Amino acid sequence: MLDLTPAEWTAILLSLRVALVATACALPFGIALGWLLARREFWGKTLLDGITFLPLVLPPVVTGYLLLISFGRRGPIGAFLADHFGIVFSFRWTGAALSCGVMGFPLMVRPIRLALEAIDRRLEDAAATLGANGFLVFLTVTLPLALPGVIAGVVLCFARALGEFGATITFVSNIPGETQTISAAIYTLLQVPGGEAAAGRLVLIAIALALAALIASEWFARRAGMRFQGE
Amino acid sequence: MIVLAVDVERRLGAFQITARFEAEGGVTALFGPSGAGKTTIANMIAGLLTPDRGSISLDGTVLFDAAARIDMPVHRRRIGYVFQDGRLFPHLSVRQNLDYGRRMSGVARDADEFARIAALLDIGHLLERRPRMLSGGERQRVAVGRALLMRPRLLILDEPLASLDLAHKREILPYLVRLRDEASVPMVYVSHTPAELRRIATKVVRLDAGRVLGSGGLDLLDEREIDAIR
Repeated sequence: MLDLTPAEWTAILLSLRVALVATACALPFGIALGWLLARREFWGKTLLDGITFLPLVLPPVVTGYLLLISFGRRGPIGAFLADHFGIVFSFRWTGAALSCGVMGFPLMVRPIRLALEAIDRRLEDAAATLGANGFLVFLTVTLPLALPGVIAGVVLCFARALGEFGATITFVSNIPGETQTISAAIYTLLQVPGGEAAAGRLVLIAIALALAALIASEWFARRAGMRFQGE
Repeated sequence: MIVLAVDVERRLGAFQITARFEAEGGVTALFGPSGAGKTTIANMIAGLLTPDRGSISLDGTVLFDAAARIDMPVHRRRIGYVFQDGRLFPHLSVRQNLDYGRRMSGVARDADEFARIAALLDIGHLLERRPRMLSGGERQRVAVGRALLMRPRLLILDEPLASLDLAHKREILPYLVRLRDEASVPMVYVSHTPAELRRIATKVVRLDAGRVLGSGGLDLLDEREIDAIR
């Protein structure tokens, strides 16, 4: 049953690449924003908080459309990036990674923020008295202590990115080998007569990948937690 | 010779702290009942809290001067701080905790110094453990070692025995007395317990309700002396 055709392999590998790149690129922003929301009071914080979580509650097709008009070739951001940095999103796998990253972002920020809020700030004071400047305190105390939350955020974002469909297909369409991820491939297969068997194989793959991500996160979180338990 | 000169004011809600005192070498006790402002003053010396007015200088270096707009950041003050609750880093081993201040302060590794302080505090056998696996007394000894290994110009100990039971108090005090006699680091020792301070302090600054009632010898630990000041 799991004799995959080259086209199916392409979709699987593309999905993994898109999800990995989306998660990796979202991570620095996720940590920065999580920190900002957990630690700083500023004007417009509630608004920023709301915007961050918007992709979670908006219909994905709306998010995809918004990406299309801003990051598309003729969109203001898309045109700027294409002209100055040669980065093109529209109808490319990079665009799929962008939409997957945007959709997974709120799921990443939330656990990171919660982990940062739970940290005993007095440990950071102690680190400062021991000679660590703000950046070193963050790197050597804050971030390691928030690691379980960061891992949870990474896994949730990755899982979301792996399964993203609506925003991606709206933004970069459904091009085999370029933007056709597992979800899009399943959708396509279900549109053609006799595609059920192939779709079924991809469905199993999707389940396996999601389970693997969850098990991996559990393992990482356990290891991170163990470091606080001692020996 | 005056090592530490403190002259600060700070308002916290309805509570006003006005403190002026000087400290020579040895162990200067900040003594008074809870709520007297002892920890607040210690935090201002360390730089964890900013005074509203006044100045703080250590070894001739100005750490804080409101009028001159000088406020040296905490991490550059090189003041070792032993907190009431130890505050060891839970994600690091005892050895990594001990090394933390040295590394962050850019002090070169010195195996002899490490061995000397580990022996002084009797923590050499704990190095590979995590803080969670330590007893309260061991934890405080590691916290003292961590602060010492950054080669501080001043060591602040904020009620270092308060979280310990009587047996552990008795266990750790001799180490602190040895520290006073063997290490040449001036100390500020915050406590509300006269018995503890009689064993370790060389000078007493007596505080109550945010004010300095008097500073001088160990006789200030006595209740009757305070009545005389009043």
